[in-house]
Amino acid sequence: MAAQRSPVVAVLDYGAANMVSIGQALVTAGARVVVATDAAELEGVDAIVVPGVGAAAPAMAHLRERGLLQPVRDWVRADRPCLGICLGYQLFFERSEEGDAETLRLLAGQTVGLEDAPTLPHIGWNSVELVRPHPLFDGIADGSHFYFVHSFAPAPEDEEIVVARTTHGRPFVSAVASRSLYGVQFHPEKSAQAGRRLLANFLRLVAASAGVGAAVPGAEVA
Amino acid sequence: MLARRVIPCLDVANGRVVKGTRFVDLTDEGDPAELARRYAREGADEIVFLDITAAPEGRGTMLEVVRRTASMAFVPLTVGGGVRSVDEMRDVLRAGADKVSFNTAAVAAPELLTACARRFGRQAVVCAIDARRVPQPADATPVAPIAWEVVTHGGRTPAGLDAVEWALRAVDLGAGELLVTSMDRDGTRSGFDTDLLRAISSRVRVPVIASGGASGPDDFVSAVRDGGADAVLAASIFHRRMYSIDSVKQAMAAAGLPVRPVGEAAA
Repeated sequence: MAAQRSPVVAVLDYGAANMVSIGQALVTAGARVVVATDAAELEGVDAIVVPGVGAAAPAMAHLRERGLLQPVRDWVRADRPCLGICLGYQLFFERSEEGDAETLRLLAGQTVGLEDAPTLPHIGWNSVELVRPHPLFDGIADGSHFYFVHSFAPAPEDEEIVVARTTHGRPFVSAVASRSLYGVQFHPEKSAQAGRRLLANFLRLVAASAGVGAAVPGAEVA
Repeated sequence: MLARRVIPCLDVANGRVVKGTRFVDLTDEGDPAELARRYAREGADEIVFLDITAAPEGRGTMLEVVRRTASMAFVPLTVGGGVRSVDEMRDVLRAGADKVSFNTAAVAAPELLTACARRFGRQAVVCAIDARRVPQPADATPVAPIAWEVVTHGGRTPAGLDAVEWALRAVDLGAGELLVTSMDRDGTRSGFDTDLLRAISSRVRVPVIASGGASGPDDFVSAVRDGGADAVLAASIFHRRMYSIDSVKQAMAAAGLPVRPVGEAAA
């Protein structure tokens, strides 16, 4: 068996406010975390996490300024593990209605405003209903609550990538998986035990793809 | 379905949790990070820290408390008290807070809400409104409709604003959430002012957090059902272990309100 080591995860630092919390949560879940402000810092890492809260246009501008746009696209196209959280997840798609911003175009579909939402922003704990089993949700009961803070959500064109839906007014896609690209609209780093379990599951997927051994302490967060 | 949140509130003075009645007579209730961790374990949906000293010299202490809490609580944190600029908000978010609550600073400079919403998104901007009923003159005929005025500086200063009008304006300016505290009820354990909550929640689309006056689980139910609140905040009944978060959520669930079951949060 390969020497055990913790997966190394780069959290993209492009001015997103929740970066610190995600870093801390990943460390707790068993990762070594590198805060990446430019492409050089992606050298030698096993996975990328794209955090983000706020608006799509300034987020894209930040990524462009730091020279991270193309490296992230190349990373995903090479099928290397990448997790987008909240705005980070929305950026994977083609466009965002919010500020009419062009986004990363890694997945087909647009990010649109939540229609018929009784309250906006959608803030709080909502249930995540699985469309199909996925290793990202191993050990997490269907319908578990995760913490959401957003007013927009992606509408993927490809039904096959949809892993979970959540309803606020009408249903929207709250989790996707496409090869090694994962996106969640909620904040696992703020979602108590369910969130920690999801991050541990992500690290297990990373470890499997990078062949870094199973140093991920998943059992105690179940 | 979106769960109604139960939020323990930690009033922090000089790095310690304190509790007062009608904003005075403070008693020490413990270390904020420790209490936050305990509440997160017990099923709190969110933690609110309000720095009630809000003195510039206390800022570093508060950031350190936020940092310690964020590293172990894994539930959302809202921090309020003394944040007066976009840069100060950035520091608090960088320390691990998810939202920043503005009260006196927003009344003094309403454009602050807009500037912060533009920079960090409106979901991160909470406008806290402390309101008290305007007394009816004894000889008022006919009886005037109930009205509330905004008070600032920890309840000491009338701001000369109608609370409902200010709430609408704060949302227009950029607030993504309203934390509505009844000054009349704060610390009195006489129930939330559901008239005040309803007057505001019926006219805004952003979530409203009810605060001030919780005496027991039934008050949480009425804050949501009668007041239209999306979340309910309380301090002393949790600090003093009069009720657990679980017992409050069970009462809410029994009344047909959606909650995140505490069992889901258990390790």
